[in-house]
Amino acid sequence: MTDATAAPLERLRARPSPGRPFGWRLSGAYGWIAPALLVALWQAGSSLGFIADTVLPSPASVVAAAWRLTRSGELASNIGVSFLRAMAGLAVGGAIGLVFGFANGLSKVSEGLSDSTLQMVRNIPHLALIPLVIVWFGIDEGAKLFLVSLGVFFPVYVNTLHGVRSVDPQLIEMAKSYGMPRAALFRRVILPGALPSIFVGLRYALGVMWLTLIVAETIAAQSGVGYMAMQAREFMMTDVVVLSILIYALLGKLADVATRLLEGFCLPWHPAYRRA
Amino acid sequence: MNATALAASRSGGSPSAAGAEVEARAIRRTFGDTTVLRGLDFRAPAGAFVAVVGRSGCGKSTLLRLIAGLDAPDGGSVTIAGRPLADASDQARVMFQEPRLLPWASVLANVEVGLGAERDAPGRRERALAALASVGLADRAADWPATLSGGQRQRVALARALVSRPRVLALDEPLGALDALTRIEMQRLLESAWLRDGFTAVLVTHDVAEAVALADRIVLIERGAIALDVGVPLARPRHRGAAEFGRLEEAILARLLGDPAPEP
Repeated sequence: MTDATAAPLERLRARPSPGRPFGWRLSGAYGWIAPALLVALWQAGSSLGFIADTVLPSPASVVAAAWRLTRSGELASNIGVSFLRAMAGLAVGGAIGLVFGFANGLSKVSEGLSDSTLQMVRNIPHLALIPLVIVWFGIDEGAKLFLVSLGVFFPVYVNTLHGVRSVDPQLIEMAKSYGMPRAALFRRVILPGALPSIFVGLRYALGVMWLTLIVAETIAAQSGVGYMAMQAREFMMTDVVVLSILIYALLGKLADVATRLLEGFCLPWHPAYRRA
Repeated sequence: MNATALAASRSGGSPSAAGAEVEARAIRRTFGDTTVLRGLDFRAPAGAFVAVVGRSGCGKSTLLRLIAGLDAPDGGSVTIAGRPLADASDQARVMFQEPRLLPWASVLANVEVGLGAERDAPGRRERALAALASVGLADRAADWPATLSGGQRQRVALARALVSRPRVLALDEPLGALDALTRIEMQRLLESAWLRDGFTAVLVTHDVAEAVALADRIVLIERGAIALDVGVPLARPRHRGAAEFGRLEEAILARLLGDPAPEP
């Protein structure tokens, strides 16, 4: 193929894709350039003695700590415990949030009964309840489950409610006039219409979920990544502390990627998620 | 549209049901302090094509919404084939100003919505496909509505409205947002569907030429009452260039604009 025919194709590829105001697209690999550079600088700083090991251990010693804890099995079991807590809290809080969101979006009675109460509770920072939660549940799993569920509930509730309310009333009118029964109206019009907003809620909820879990595990726990970090602090093992922080970052990223995949799968019709 | 598509849609559907008479008697509708319709009588004989024209805000869309059962009158009654609207709502279909397609359903699934109570009946896919073919979009069955042009979306909406073989089709300025060429194309499609299926059509439009091109009768509404009701004695297919076409359009426009002109 000659250059003359290749050139227009190249120009087409270089064109900014619709919906992305900043011309070029970054593929996945490019996203890792900045973190990799940062780690390299950090290692150089530690090796050259600019950063004291007690303040911030070098990446190499963090990797060594990771290796050590992996061999002993501690790392896997703590990540597993934290992950399960996070998912359990997300499932419980998210499910309750979905139920209330749909109920209050669909029924005036339900909204009148519960919405103002929920909005009042929403304004209390859920982490402020930690002392009370420790009194209620001790430092059992119940405490973590309660806090994470509470934290996850509100973003899911608020965004589900908003999603149900913002379903195009013209579509609902059309469906009714075409004789769609209530169950089908919900399944084929209201649920898919609310779904993009529910996903926004899920993303917020994931952020709150990790935040709550970290706080809960550092204050009141006997296992998990947060507990591992607090234990390490007692013995000035800063490498393990940094490792814990990195693990939280990776788990957060993982949750984000999972949500993106789920969105792509559930919203194939949506112009923002349609794959080219 | 071609002959095969026509034949396909005819054999795919249930036996063609003839049009049903639509009658509105002494209907009143008020919104707050404004009375939009004041005891209006309207009748569309079975199988007729009636156009309702008027200035914006005259109550023509309100009349259509009452006929289609999207809204309830404050007084008076609406009947379809002599039965109250509540019992006959599955016999009437609406085509809206906007296509109102479900963005998350394929073009074919959107047409299946039009089957109403028969949406789970066997052969629904074939019927929907036949209806799509009759508007010339069979090859887009699997696509998302977002990938269609405005005219194509309105054609899908027409297929959805007709797939259940309704006896009455209420059209609320469905072509208003289309460009001039697409609009004429859609008018031809609509006319051929009406000639083929024999449903009663009630078309609300602000385009007098459209009304003259399609309707048997034109009803002009002014301030919530019928101000003019004229037959359109033109043979089909109609030609916009014809002298009689122009004269009739001119006369109705003059009446609409309040010019002193002889009534037709």
